[in-house]
Amino acid sequence: MKTKLQHNADAYMRMYRQMLRIRVFEENAHQLYLSAKMPGLTHLYIGQEAVAVGICEALEVSDRITSTHRGHGHCVAKGADFKRMFCELLGKAEGFCRGKGGSMHIADQKNGNLGANAIVGGSAGIATGAAFSAKRLGKGGVAVCFFGDGALGQGLLYECMNIAALWKLPVIYACENNYYGEYTHVSEMASGDLLARAEAFGIETRTVDGQNVLEVNEAAEGFVARARAGQGPFFLLLDTYRFHGHHVGDISREYYRSKEEEERWKSERDPISNFGKWMKREKIASGKELVKVEGEVRREAEDAVEFALAASYPGKEEVAMHVFAEAA
Amino acid sequence: MREITLSQAVNEAISEEMRRDPTIVVMGEDVAEAGTPFKILSGLVEEFGSDRVVDTPISEPGFTGIAVGAAMTGLRPIVDLMFGDFLFLIMDQLCNQAAKTHYMSGGKLKVPMVVRTNMGATRRSAAQHSQSLHALVAHIPGLKVAMPATAYEAKGLLKTAIRDENPVVIFEDKLSYQEKAQVPEEEYLLPLGVASVRREGRDVTLVGTSSMIHVALDAAKLLEAEGISAEVIDPRTIVPLDEETILASARKTSRAIVIDEGHRNYGVTAEIAARIAEKAFYWLDAPVQRFGAMDVPVPFSPALEDLTVPTPEAVAEGARRAMRGELIHAA
Repeated sequence: MKTKLQHNADAYMRMYRQMLRIRVFEENAHQLYLSAKMPGLTHLYIGQEAVAVGICEALEVSDRITSTHRGHGHCVAKGADFKRMFCELLGKAEGFCRGKGGSMHIADQKNGNLGANAIVGGSAGIATGAAFSAKRLGKGGVAVCFFGDGALGQGLLYECMNIAALWKLPVIYACENNYYGEYTHVSEMASGDLLARAEAFGIETRTVDGQNVLEVNEAAEGFVARARAGQGPFFLLLDTYRFHGHHVGDISREYYRSKEEEERWKSERDPISNFGKWMKREKIASGKELVKVEGEVRREAEDAVEFALAASYPGKEEVAMHVFAEAA
Repeated sequence: MREITLSQAVNEAISEEMRRDPTIVVMGEDVAEAGTPFKILSGLVEEFGSDRVVDTPISEPGFTGIAVGAAMTGLRPIVDLMFGDFLFLIMDQLCNQAAKTHYMSGGKLKVPMVVRTNMGATRRSAAQHSQSLHALVAHIPGLKVAMPATAYEAKGLLKTAIRDENPVVIFEDKLSYQEKAQVPEEEYLLPLGVASVRREGRDVTLVGTSSMIHVALDAAKLLEAEGISAEVIDPRTIVPLDEETILASARKTSRAIVIDEGHRNYGVTAEIAARIAEKAFYWLDAPVQRFGAMDVPVPFSPALEDLTVPTPEAVAEGARRAMRGELIHAA
């Protein structure tokens, strides 16, 4: 862990809390699924928390992100409220999308989250377009496109990176390499060097330890500031791992990755417990303070789950609403 | 009234709107200095600059996706898709992203963008540059679909589409770009979802989309010489569809023929014919007939290509058979 204190204690505590909020949100979502209270399917972000938090900590509320099918972490990190998130996961009217999007399409426009996307790599255009708007409108905005290593197989990403480089757009392509696209290892799906793919377009790249929130944040701060100054785009490769399966139903995983491998990541490279240990070591927070934070986060989640379970489903009249937007 | 070409009408519509609204941008392949291969956008980059009239690489999904993101964040992009056949390349961005964003976000995000593209066979351009694929996008909830028949519609519908808060796909008939029509000097808008009765009649209703309106009008002239009075309707937009005008006409004439240049199978003619059959059934004296492109890839050879599209003669013959009652007992 870096000992260079590039942030004040408030920022560290905020990042710790946000990572914990993602972890606890996901644990609750998992329980809702297991107890058959949550319809559909969901993809847990547990293990990758430092990526979303380290990057979103570097962004303004008005900056845009696009997210993936594994999108709860990005949504929380960009500032979303638990109650409305759980409502969305349960298909309730008070959800961010009035229950019409669900886990895979959760979006939080007010906080700049243009939405999770259930097409792998499908948001590369949207993020790049948001950067195009930011440049054209001249308000200094930046866009971050989150995607997994699986999206490296999609042509759209390369078309968009090429255009972003040609037009010098303020976009950061954040590739979360969690090593598995669904049930297949990245080495079986991506040939050559991953960074070289972006570098071929003249895009500056950097690889960071995606389990180390400070390292992620430091890299993101640099790229975001430079993108804002018109030096974009950038490509960030984040080495990370999802502790759970591809989706909640992916339980028997030994045919594609070993239990030993999973255990190693969980015990040695848990982004939250490692950051907690570092904060204690650096006397930024005491163990007692961290326990207090965890208690607050767990209560927040429990309240939100309770709220969402009791919330109403959208009325039948809503099924045909929002197909078309009305005139402004 | 002055006459201008459909190509000029499109150019005027975009120029006028871009002067009015600085958030409008045009993007696509060779839209700037080249003004597109059809020279439709000539002069735009000179007036509005390369920040607003943007040449893209040959990356249809990429620039369409970028337009979707730009539309979600404050711009109003007009995407130039050089040939309608390239729709297959952008289906995910158009149908999974643009069309669904407003609904999936519970009404919070909007995608006010226009995709301008073309349709139409008999340009000897073979199977990948001649298709009329509007039925594909008309099938997807969340997309509006306009099919201007003449310069007048091209200008009025495009201006409205640019101001719409939703993704709108406009199909221009590429063989009509040099066709002239009367277009007012003063500004006008044509609403989406309002059909135009191009000719009144009492015996048979001919519904023709895009350039098929000319096939219908020519058929009506042939029929007139034989004492058969055809009413000709241009729906102008197929989503939304002005069902009322079509149904009212079918109820009045009691016979209807639908003509559209998309493939006949599972296409626009099937949709409109089905609506007439469902909602005007008791007024009909003959089955609704459909004329569309043959269900073959568009062949290159002129000798073959001309066989694949509806003709006024074929439509007129269909109307005669309906008048004679021959279709009632047809197998």
